[in-house]
Amino acid sequence: MNIHQSWGNVPQVEQTCLEQLWRSQTLPAAATLLPFGQGRSYGDVCLNDKGYSLATGRLNRFIHFDREQGILSAEAGVTLAEILELILPAGWFLPVSPGTKFVSLGGALANDVHGKNHHKAGSFGRHVRAFELLRSNGQKLICTQEENSDWFSATVGGLGLTGLVTQAELQLKKIDSPAIVQKTRRFENLAEFLRLSEETEADWEYTVAWVDCMAKGKQLGRGIFSMGNHATAATPGIKPEVLQPKFSMPFNAPSWLLNQYSVKLFNQLYYHLPRKHDSQVHYEPFFYPLDKIANWNRLYGKRGFYQFQCVVPLDKAEAAISEMLQHISKSGQGSFLSVLKRLGNIASPGMLSFPRDGITLALDFANRGESTRHLLADLNEITDRHGGAIYPAKDATMTTALFVNAYPGWQKFSEYMDPHFSSSFWRRVTGE
Amino acid sequence: MQSIVILGATSAIAEQTARIYATRGDALCLVARDDAKLEIIKSDLEIRGASKVTKLSYDLNHTHLHQALLDDVIKALARIDIVLVAYGTLGDQKKCEQDFDETLQELQTNCLGVISLLTLFSNYLEKQKAGCIAAISSPAGDRGRQSNYVYGSAKGALSIYLQGMRNRLYNSSVHVLTIKPGFVNTPMTKDFKKGLLWVEPDVIARGIVKAIDRRKDIVYLPFFWRYIMLVIKLIPESIFKRLSL
Repeated sequence: MNIHQSWGNVPQVEQTCLEQLWRSQTLPAAATLLPFGQGRSYGDVCLNDKGYSLATGRLNRFIHFDREQGILSAEAGVTLAEILELILPAGWFLPVSPGTKFVSLGGALANDVHGKNHHKAGSFGRHVRAFELLRSNGQKLICTQEENSDWFSATVGGLGLTGLVTQAELQLKKIDSPAIVQKTRRFENLAEFLRLSEETEADWEYTVAWVDCMAKGKQLGRGIFSMGNHATAATPGIKPEVLQPKFSMPFNAPSWLLNQYSVKLFNQLYYHLPRKHDSQVHYEPFFYPLDKIANWNRLYGKRGFYQFQCVVPLDKAEAAISEMLQHISKSGQGSFLSVLKRLGNIASPGMLSFPRDGITLALDFANRGESTRHLLADLNEITDRHGGAIYPAKDATMTTALFVNAYPGWQKFSEYMDPHFSSSFWRRVTGE
Repeated sequence: MQSIVILGATSAIAEQTARIYATRGDALCLVARDDAKLEIIKSDLEIRGASKVTKLSYDLNHTHLHQALLDDVIKALARIDIVLVAYGTLGDQKKCEQDFDETLQELQTNCLGVISLLTLFSNYLEKQKAGCIAAISSPAGDRGRQSNYVYGSAKGALSIYLQGMRNRLYNSSVHVLTIKPGFVNTPMTKDFKKGLLWVEPDVIARGIVKAIDRRKDIVYLPFFWRYIMLVIKLIPESIFKRLSL
């Protein structure tokens, strides 16, 4: 029986689910294997059609926590939420936070995730001090930037294909308060977004923008830019606690709920909503707005949804992104949370890492079958033409040509793959 | 701060329960066969806030070592507030039907061995005139069914034993809790098809801690199993014997 699905619910696959219970164990003698953490990647990077999916959820023990130096070592199945529960009261924070705290440590490492502070801190993998890689032949490799450094850079961003990461050691970030000092600014178009990005990147640790993906014509590329820094002193009423989801989607919503009218209306309102320009907020709504609703992916109904995330070089960003936004608004598809972000020039450590210098655009599309896949093919083509890359953790449609162009390290990477490991994603993009 | 001894500490439900006590800053004494696994759990619980964690490596099937175990536990913990018995095996019903030795082994692990431990620990708590004994039994012990009546009779006997002990220890202020978890997604049940009624071990763990805190006598986890079992117990035997349950 298959209980492991990706967050987008597409594609649907047939696989056998296994579990790794103890970090001292060897791997099950089954092929091909793919580690499965929390299933928060969207497409098929966490799926292994006709193979075995190895759940790591039970590998969720802490191993060592140095409260003075902020060094945490934990098993790879621990979620970032569990880590936050432990480290926040001790005055530490995650060095890099993706858009949800419900991902596993191993998943964050294997996808070399990034956050709103990419321009300052680089990708997640840069803050991983060490990890243990368990191979199907029973070999255990301790990998750091110095020791087994080739295995380190193959495995960080290595999409779970080099073996099972059983445990990892993370350098945390010292904070004085769980509050974020936040500022927001409206922007009218992409040029203004780019200017705001440049102006704010030195003084603001976290920057991100919401973009109205339904706007057309003169309004194309309008949105809201938000920036944040950790507050430097305790803020009354904001406690160092991890918030639990407030609501839960108990079942799949009917597929008509998100249509071009409801989404357009939402985007209109969201853009014009009066908001405080300066405020202090709890870190949770700032970093993880969607974590408030458990199982929000069910909003997209039984057919699921596709997520698209690309990065394009800075000098081509305005042309490429406005072309993409035109395609999206013309198609009438698109969603609430479309995100633009300047990624900095700090190199990512992984051979297959996605984060690179440029502008990244991310948004979801309800799965409407052929028309959605056409739109995604167009967006992929625009990405490719401008020398950009698609994020494997979000992808279900990238072609082999696009993958090969954007990830020139893939051939070298394949030498480090565990012979008993594979994934639906890997077979798709390499045409195996 | 409380002192808790967990017998069968490497089981999934036991580990999740221990985490809750660890975050409360309690002292824990973990007993199980595999020392390497105990070490993994020990460091995790210490980081989560346990004030003290001791590990004792014992094969609980060796009843002749139970007195030595109790002595070690008393050495590790100044007093005992809670004893949680959390080990067991599901066994192979089909094999048991053909082989008495297999049946005996099941009864030994799930019932007789536990009773040996309970004998020693209950006397200790009785003298202490305080404390709680919480043991994981099963709804399978509520009524015999063809699919697992060997496991069911072991757990059924254990439930009756606990009930009598509760009655005996009432005047000594010792609380006895019988825990009856339904379908739990643990390594013990890895070969089962999972459906709607299945829950994760941390849900059971929260229920156990709550039932101990509230000094409940018998608790079904999650709560709805009480009603499922009520219906199952109400079916007349003349009909029940015809069902394939």
